[in-house]
Amino acid sequence: LLGGGDLDEESWTDVEDTLLLADLGAATTAEIVEKLRGEIVTRGVRNPEQARALLREVLVEALHPAMPRAVRALPHGDPANGGKPAVVLVVGVNGTGKTTTTGKLARVLVADGRTVLLGAADTFRAAAAEQLATWGSRVGAEVVRGNEGADPAAVAFDAVKRGVVAGVDTVLVDTAGRLHTKTGLMDELGKVKRVVEKQAEVDEVLLVLDATTGQNGLTQARVFSEVVDVTGIVLTKLDGTAKGGIVFQVQRELGVPVKLVGLGEGPDDLAPFEPGAFVDALLG
Amino acid sequence: MFDTLSDRLTSVLQNLRGKGRLSDADIDATCREIRIALLEADVALPVVKSFIAGIKERAKGSEVSQALNPAQQVVKIVNEELVNILGGETRRLNLAKNPPTVIMLAGLQGAGKTTLAGKLAKWLRGQGHAPLLVACDLQRPNAVTQLQVVGERAGVTVFAPEPGNGVGDPVDVARRGIEEARRAQHDVVVVDTAGRLGVDEEMMRQAADIRTAVQPDEVLFVVDAMIGQDAVTTAEAFRDGVGFTGVVLTKLDGDARGGAALSVREVTGQPIMFASNGEKLEDFDVFHPDRMASRILGM
Ligand SMILES: Nc1nc2c(ncn2[C@@H]2O[C@H](COP(=O)(O)OP(=O)(O)OP(=O)(O)O)[C@@H](O)[C@H]2O)c(=O)[nH]1
Ligand SMILES: Nc1nc2c(ncn2[C@@H]2O[C@H](COP(=O)(O)OP(=O)(O)OP(=O)(O)O)[C@@H](O)[C@H]2O)c(=O)[nH]1
Ligand SMILES: [K+]
Ligand SMILES: [Mg+2]
Ligand SMILES: [Mg+2]
Repeated sequence: LLGGGDLDEESWTDVEDTLLLADLGAATTAEIVEKLRGEIVTRGVRNPEQARALLREVLVEALHPAMPRAVRALPHGDPANGGKPAVVLVVGVNGTGKTTTTGKLARVLVADGRTVLLGAADTFRAAAAEQLATWGSRVGAEVVRGNEGADPAAVAFDAVKRGVVAGVDTVLVDTAGRLHTKTGLMDELGKVKRVVEKQAEVDEVLLVLDATTGQNGLTQARVFSEVVDVTGIVLTKLDGTAKGGIVFQVQRELGVPVKLVGLGEGPDDLAPFEPGAFVDALLG
Repeated sequence: MFDTLSDRLTSVLQNLRGKGRLSDADIDATCREIRIALLEADVALPVVKSFIAGIKERAKGSEVSQALNPAQQVVKIVNEELVNILGGETRRLNLAKNPPTVIMLAGLQGAGKTTLAGKLAKWLRGQGHAPLLVACDLQRPNAVTQLQVVGERAGVTVFAPEPGNGVGDPVDVARRGIEEARRAQHDVVVVDTAGRLGVDEEMMRQAADIRTAVQPDEVLFVVDAMIGQDAVTTAEAFRDGVGFTGVVLTKLDGDARGGAALSVREVTGQPIMFASNGEKLEDFDVFHPDRMASRILGM
């Protein structure tokens, strides 16, 4: 990339290809390239190394590195003395890694000395509650579940209620995967959130995006945000070859940061999102 | 913004009516719009490039320059070429001469393999077969339970001798699954495997070992229709690591354009055989190349 010689048209094509192959999309790629051209002129960049460093800078900047990325998962007051637990809702389309992320996040909190309760509000997918229960016993968190086909809002309500009574620090609610195009299922998700809010404030709504997702990721983010007001993105499966470049558009349009990344299937494969490291991997 | 490629090309070419030939500039402008439309549909960049080169060639020919409406003619050509690549005729499943027929599923994590196992089982049962589902994902938490539930819903037997969650050898279960099918006279075996990444060498070797153990008549690569540019890398990794004979596109009930269909077909040469379009077991259809072409173009 930008190697060997002047910045000829071929180098520009390489830059463009790198960005397109990372799923930034045609429009965002064009914008980044335009920005880079401008910066190269104003800063009088002479060689490919400088240009490469500048590209990195432009990309990191486009990810708004100053956005706050901490996950709000700490309780309000002391739960042992009437304080309320933090409530985190985990949402997204089918198969992105919601249940796994819920388990991993519980692991981080438990390792930090917190008590965590998991709500299995996916009452639809075959063995979804069992999957979450396995995660619960793996990481040391209690699980509240309903029967198969039960109303997910009722299960979520029960989980948060139980969390309040038990005085846990954090309640993580796993929800069923649903395509954003299914209005009935999206209404159901809105109801899950509203019902939970009768018990306690929802501190985070994490939208789980799969890094392999292409341009559809933006549409997913838009619709989920309209329905449940997403507060953070989790970008999963970054351990594969996919770069996850759709988050450039998602962050910008939603004004909501990527907070966490998934780097594998194990309990410890969750990390904070770091714009610099993300861009380095993208430019690979 | 224009919604469809057709609208976009019409706007680019609106002044061309009655002009004799398209100028090179006209053709370039046209191809730029097609390129953007394909990229927005998540068609992989190398595939877009070769596709555009082909379209450019045809757009220079008389079928476009002499058309009353060049824009419509270009759209027609793009559509034809897409259907061509996607594969004109749908291929049927290869059935073994000496049953059981073995169908192995492979793909990335969360693509829809286990759900597809249930769909295939139900569909095959409806055609008079007696399928057996074999639970070879012994890794993902409760993948075995999931397959058992799905099998129950489909009304078919599930062979699950190992509990999973890290316990048991998937290659061994696969081998025993075939023996069980022979013993209990199942004429089709569907082998569900764990999701794996193309870069995970150990897991890819395991998939190859399962393949060697069961000698499948079909290996179906299951891919999420929402996948972006990674489709090519991943399809190549599964082609080289396991080898597959057909493709199944899942989650087509969403609004993703599904350019991956084009990418995977073009890069691996393997046909797309089925479309999965919902979470329920009946949400399943044979693949229709013409519908997919219109979908990719947004028409
Ligand atoms: N390689 C990799 N695999 C992951 C990651 N996160 C999740 N997975 C895998 O992806 C698959 C789907 O994960 P789940 O957590 O079940 O996804 P989900 O969003 O809960 O799925 P549904 O509830 O069915 O919508 C599983 O095989 C996980 O092990 C990750 O960061 N990297
Ligand atoms: N909307 C929709 N959801 C689907 C479709 N196929 C599968 N799913 C859902 O996608 C999620 C993942 O499906 P699975 O069948 O568990 O995927 P998998 O490939 O077996 O996943 P791993 O075993 O974890 O790799 C589940 O929520 C399914 O219900 C489909 O065609 N449409
Ligand atoms: K990656
Ligand atoms: Mg789940
Ligand atoms: Mg599975």
